[in-house]
Amino acid sequence: MRPFSYARATDLAQAVHLGRQTGQGQTDAPVQLLAGGTTLYDLMKLDVMVPDRLVDLGPLRPKLSSITPSAEGLHLGALAKMAHVAAHPVVQADYPALAQSLQLAASAQLRNMATLGGNVLQRTRCSYFRDPTWAACNKRNPGSGCAALTGFNRNHAVLGTDSSCIAQYPGDWAVALMALEADVSLTGPLGSRRLPFASLHRLAGGQPQFETNLQPGEVITAFFIPASKRAQRSVYVKVRDRTSYEFAIASAAVALEMDGDLVRQIRISLGGMAYRPWRAEGAEAVLTGKPLTEANAEAAGRAALAGAAGHGHNDYKLTLGPQTVVRALMQAKALPPASRKA
Amino acid sequence: MTFNPKSLFGRPTPRIDGVAKVTGAARYASDELVANPAFASLVTSEIARGHITGFDLSRAKAVPGVLDILTYETVGNQIKAPLGPDGGPTTTTLESNRIWHDGQIIAVVVADTFESAAEAAGKVHVSTMAEAASASFGAPGVEVQAITAGRPGEKTKGNQTEEKAAADAAFAAAPVKLDVRYATPPQHHNPIELFTTTCVWDGPNLTVYEPSQFMWGLKTATAKQLGIDPANVRAVSRYVGGAFGSKGNQTSRTAWIALAAKRLGRPVKLVPTRAQGFTIATYRAETRQHVRLSATADGKLTSMFHEGWEVSSRPSSYKVAGVEATSRLYAAPVIATAVNVVHADRATPGFMRAPAEVPYVFALESAMDELSYALNMDPIELRRVNDTQNDPVSGLPFSSRLLMPCFDQAAEKFGWSKRNPKPASMRRGEWLVGYGCASSFYPNNIGPAAVRISLAPSGKANVSMAAHELGTGAYTTVAITAAHSLGLAVKDVTVHLGDSDLPPVPVAGGSNNAATTTHVVVKACADIRQRLAEAAVAAEDSPFHSADPATLILAGGALRNADGLSEPLSKAVPRTGGRLEVYAENIPAGLPASAMAQLYNGHPLMSRGGNRKDVTAYAFGAHCVEVRVHSLTREIRVPRVVSAFAAGNVINPTTAHSQYMGGVIWGISSALHEATEIDPVSARVINANLADYIVPVNADAPSIDIIMVPENDDRVNPLGVKGIGEIGIVGMNAAISNAVFHATGKRIRELPVRAEKLL
Repeated sequence: MRPFSYARATDLAQAVHLGRQTGQGQTDAPVQLLAGGTTLYDLMKLDVMVPDRLVDLGPLRPKLSSITPSAEGLHLGALAKMAHVAAHPVVQADYPALAQSLQLAASAQLRNMATLGGNVLQRTRCSYFRDPTWAACNKRNPGSGCAALTGFNRNHAVLGTDSSCIAQYPGDWAVALMALEADVSLTGPLGSRRLPFASLHRLAGGQPQFETNLQPGEVITAFFIPASKRAQRSVYVKVRDRTSYEFAIASAAVALEMDGDLVRQIRISLGGMAYRPWRAEGAEAVLTGKPLTEANAEAAGRAALAGAAGHGHNDYKLTLGPQTVVRALMQAKALPPASRKA
Repeated sequence: MTFNPKSLFGRPTPRIDGVAKVTGAARYASDELVANPAFASLVTSEIARGHITGFDLSRAKAVPGVLDILTYETVGNQIKAPLGPDGGPTTTTLESNRIWHDGQIIAVVVADTFESAAEAAGKVHVSTMAEAASASFGAPGVEVQAITAGRPGEKTKGNQTEEKAAADAAFAAAPVKLDVRYATPPQHHNPIELFTTTCVWDGPNLTVYEPSQFMWGLKTATAKQLGIDPANVRAVSRYVGGAFGSKGNQTSRTAWIALAAKRLGRPVKLVPTRAQGFTIATYRAETRQHVRLSATADGKLTSMFHEGWEVSSRPSSYKVAGVEATSRLYAAPVIATAVNVVHADRATPGFMRAPAEVPYVFALESAMDELSYALNMDPIELRRVNDTQNDPVSGLPFSSRLLMPCFDQAAEKFGWSKRNPKPASMRRGEWLVGYGCASSFYPNNIGPAAVRISLAPSGKANVSMAAHELGTGAYTTVAITAAHSLGLAVKDVTVHLGDSDLPPVPVAGGSNNAATTTHVVVKACADIRQRLAEAAVAAEDSPFHSADPATLILAGGALRNADGLSEPLSKAVPRTGGRLEVYAENIPAGLPASAMAQLYNGHPLMSRGGNRKDVTAYAFGAHCVEVRVHSLTREIRVPRVVSAFAAGNVINPTTAHSQYMGGVIWGISSALHEATEIDPVSARVINANLADYIVPVNADAPSIDIIMVPENDDRVNPLGVKGIGEIGIVGMNAAISNAVFHATGKRIRELPVRAEKLL
């Protein structure tokens, strides 16, 4: 229980103006942007996020929630609700991995509230991060250490970690965005820019308090996913402890274009095992130009986890990760070829 | 009882409190309206072992609306410490500066509003001297307390029991043997209703609104802790939003809230957080177990040895000692058991739905499955070969035991015959398919109880007793029993429960509630019938004048006889007064006459199915489950379960079905999902919320088929009623784990079974 003030942004310029003190997403930034609230309220109740002020982006929703397919690709406003995008027939038909990643996320209630932009910024589920009574958490208190290294780390990352933080990126949708090579549009105090989604999230790099490359005041306004044959033949596989309403212990997105029996183009990304949304380019290289046999899929799975390191309770991801990739590859192979021409 | 109990029971009846519950009209303890309450918030420890060296309360006291802060320095000596679940010592809270476990209550902040209290609680600064904490088994610093004889009456010989020596010899000589170890995790009840307490003083009289499984226990224990006359304490809990064993003991909070209200001269209300529920109440302790079974080549057990290790707190020796149960299941000629308590820097555990059976039957029923493969024998047939109608420990007959009929009916409906016995041989698409089974059983317990029933000339009855509605349907079973005994419609009976101003009923635990309450209600109703009949035969204006009162019955709202004569209650009742009110007590066979007086003092004696002098009384059941394990990624799903139970006369098939089904689903949870995670270094709970403490969602329990096998057990108790609150969960964890083995060929001996163990 702590007091905070609340402001409603009347337009994008004002949101950017009010959001100048958002820092780069540190938990102790004095201002936080509010979209669906499904992560922010949760962490405020846990005293992890302690903003003095919330800037509600809700009034921008009419302008920033469109779902606009075109021949070039899919434009999605950042304030579109997960549920709406998941149910859109074009998303389901031409970008199935995107639809699946949304349908398999969270619960119906959360999907009705949560926005796309907020979703990619959701915070890790690391228990030591989510409970401020733990002193050692470099993500909350830079320089304090990492309790998860010696603690219970079953749901921690095996890829992209360093000794400053082994937290796992928890989301699904961002994993699908990686495989479909999305771009993200931002507007900030210095104007608007568009960058590959793959460059939005940072590695820990000894500074896990900075999770993204967003500049202070920058607001995510849209996502663009290019149309392609492989987007049409894409899948998202999510492995989790229970059938619904649960985060992944491993997930993989695959976008596949075949040339006869050979892989012409493939994109593979991983969730539930990495510090940030993770593109497995090494695994893609293993398969490109080769037949998609089980043996080749297994080799790709191993390549996807190259360099991975466990911390005890999460060692199983070193085995589960490759298996998840194989499963996703085989599911993609079983899909009919894309109907679009190019 | 001069009538057939079957005439009372067995008709499916909707819950009489169902509408009140779904519309919010049902008042749970923290819904009770009290005037001008202040609000309490708890400060809990962030270390698991050490001492408090000081408080800085300045920032907390500066929060507007803060009224009082209780700490050991201010109130430590003002209450008597509560007793643990076993009646022995347990961890303390504000009594001293000692910290026994993570999340221990160390201060209570009281303020004008809930928000102020919570904010101030977050601003209490506590200085501590922390010591290295031992989290669980294997940690440096745990103390093992051996309790050599696991069952009462076991004789010791040197360092071990005579039974153990005999079991060792039989094991050594047997052609087929199994020697395996199992482990089960800590689990928390997580009832949806939190561990709330509201205390209101009126002069010397205290009312405690608190969810409880034992109204008279809460009343007397709170009085003892406060050093006041129990007559001055009233405990109220008309509805309980789930308890599962977590709300039956003396608590670590109640007396402090009462003291806070007294200091303030104002009602005080505490609604702790979900996370605090993981540390201020009890839990199911983790266990390690060792099982040795030996058998002849045709599957007859020649010996059984079962030893358990259970975690407890430093001061408490509480244990569930489930070997008491597992030693009763099969006809082994030599049975030896042992139990050990391992003291760690943890909160004191306590009862949790089928406390002894859930962990210990997992081990035994997993071991039986392993033995069936060692014997190359169908696991159901192995149980048939070792079935018995006599308690293998005492030699007494079971009051009734329909274990194999349960297996046969469950197996038939399940399609067990389609099972290919070879592990990892069945498949559907990408998924490996496994079938597994396990026995279920639970002792039949019954206690003393009292009730007050009044009958008005209008034909409306009131039943009042301090029984407990935990979500089981207790209001409805009491109403059914009274209505059918008095010849009324269920809607004409009003039931009052959950208030210690009403006649006492023992703790709603050990599945005794149904048997205990129905017997005393039937007794009171028999008294009503008797008095109406005697008044009628004495009255000249009655059609029954001069008849034998024993020939009169109550049916259809009238006094009747076999000749078709009748007299409505509107005429029969006024002969006895304005309304006919009776008070009745029932003491089950085998309990002393003092049992009722002891119950009034808060001590519930219980006739337990496992230590009766005449018979051993258990209910039995059988589970058949199908699991699917993904061939690559190894997620485990349970597409269907068929479970059969034989538990005497079923009072209300509607709520009985819910009880069984709920137990089965919780068994899925026990097998695949639930575990409280303890940080190995700090001994702190790290998944104290319902997102990270995983329980099944609807999609995890798509098809649960419950078979109620008819059973006439006229030796268990006069009404042939057996409690069913716990039996549904017993053995489910083993049945699923056994099915996982069948699907994959991989034996998992440590719960929960999760994907990573099958990779």
